[in-house]
Amino acid sequence: MATFPSRHRSLVLLAGVILAQVVLLAVQIKRDSQGRMIRVWAVGAVSPFERGGSWGVGRVRDTWRHYFALQNTSRENERLRRENDELKLQLTQLQGKAAESDRLAALLHFREAHRSNPMINARVIGVSVGTASRTVDIDRGSRDGIRRNMAVITPDGVVGKVIEVFATTSQILLLTDKESGIGAMLAESRIQSPVGGNGEPLLVMKYVANDDNVKSGESVVTSGMDRIFPRDLPLGTVTEVKAGNPFKQIRVKPSANLERLEEVIVLLSQEPLEMKNEAPAGQQNSAGAGAVKAGTSETRKENR
Amino acid sequence: MNEAFDFQSGETHIEVHKFLPFAVAGVTILALFVQAFVPVYFPRLAILDLPLIITIYFGLSRRNPSSGLMLGMVIGLLQDSLSGPTVPLGLFGIAKTVIGYMASSIGARLDTEHPAARFALTVIFFGVHQGILVLTRRLLLAQPETWFTFQLAVAATFNAIVAVFLFAFLDRLRKRQ
Repeated sequence: MATFPSRHRSLVLLAGVILAQVVLLAVQIKRDSQGRMIRVWAVGAVSPFERGGSWGVGRVRDTWRHYFALQNTSRENERLRRENDELKLQLTQLQGKAAESDRLAALLHFREAHRSNPMINARVIGVSVGTASRTVDIDRGSRDGIRRNMAVITPDGVVGKVIEVFATTSQILLLTDKESGIGAMLAESRIQSPVGGNGEPLLVMKYVANDDNVKSGESVVTSGMDRIFPRDLPLGTVTEVKAGNPFKQIRVKPSANLERLEEVIVLLSQEPLEMKNEAPAGQQNSAGAGAVKAGTSETRKENR
Repeated sequence: MNEAFDFQSGETHIEVHKFLPFAVAGVTILALFVQAFVPVYFPRLAILDLPLIITIYFGLSRRNPSSGLMLGMVIGLLQDSLSGPTVPLGLFGIAKTVIGYMASSIGARLDTEHPAARFALTVIFFGVHQGILVLTRRLLLAQPETWFTFQLAVAATFNAIVAVFLFAFLDRLRKRQ
């Protein structure tokens, strides 16, 4: 058996390791396999820490809000006592509690408003490791009834879809990922076109002809054509329209704040959501989109 | 994993650093966890590539190309695994294998203890890492990818600044000779 000089040994090892990984890549592409076993192990090893971290951050945040914030409030109370401070302190406390529960209240209200649609709340416990993809991990998995390709939303709008499910966690492909695509349409003109991500904060509406009239500020909603997202969910707002070749270049700002996701809702069925006009103060965005959708609900009923 | 490199080619003047037991594995797992967890609350920190910084650090310190490339491969494949199914296993694996090898090889020839050298090397390795990612995407996955953007330059600088401080902290995990 031939032996290599010691200084070349590492070079041969480098070539071998890279070749092995190139073959691994080729196998995944050819067989459309995703090396699930390695991913299950890796996610299984990290997710307990993520859950623990999420719990820890929650506790620290609660402690901060309930203890230190109140300490500050009491200092402020002393300063303002001369100016009838008791009422102000009460107001501060109420505002603190309101701010803390705003997000959860919005989720709860959304769920209350759509009791007939099975859905489940989930907490974001991690994000993709690296900038090559835009995914987040949630603390719900197959044990909670989550399946691949389920729609994930917030009360503000669409977030993405489930792409990988483990026993107690799942991975969500965000709208902004390069491989993301969703059936969409312009709320006013009802022009349909898929919307996808390109790894940047804004989305791209891909196939709108140059002849079509699209205004900046127009709402974009789901079309339901992808059979993943129910029709008429708020998706975003057109922020930029340029003539292109052969299609318009349209940039869309997502309705949901994808940069700061902490809680999401997973829709357990593809039943259309009946979006209503009335919404609490924290849901102005979805309310605005809901107004657009109110006009389309009749069409939906006709279709049924 | 912390064995000394056998320098038989006249490079024994470069000091090889050993680390406390489980330091390499512990730091690697911690880096991956932080990378996955912290951007949930601080989205702007997503430009940080802690696994890359760790690969560079252990490569430069241990100065053994074989263990450097193997560690790079393991970190890269774990990063692939945690990046969701849209990232095929091997994308970060190949890039970090090469970085681990290069860092170890350079570490065996140059003194890389000075913060300025560490800053410059991290910027260079960040660029090479990005280049390999783009090359892999274009050649092997047929995916269009931009070679260079302004954000990448910012990310390289930011990662290098973090690396200088992180390297100084990680130096404390070295075994005293």
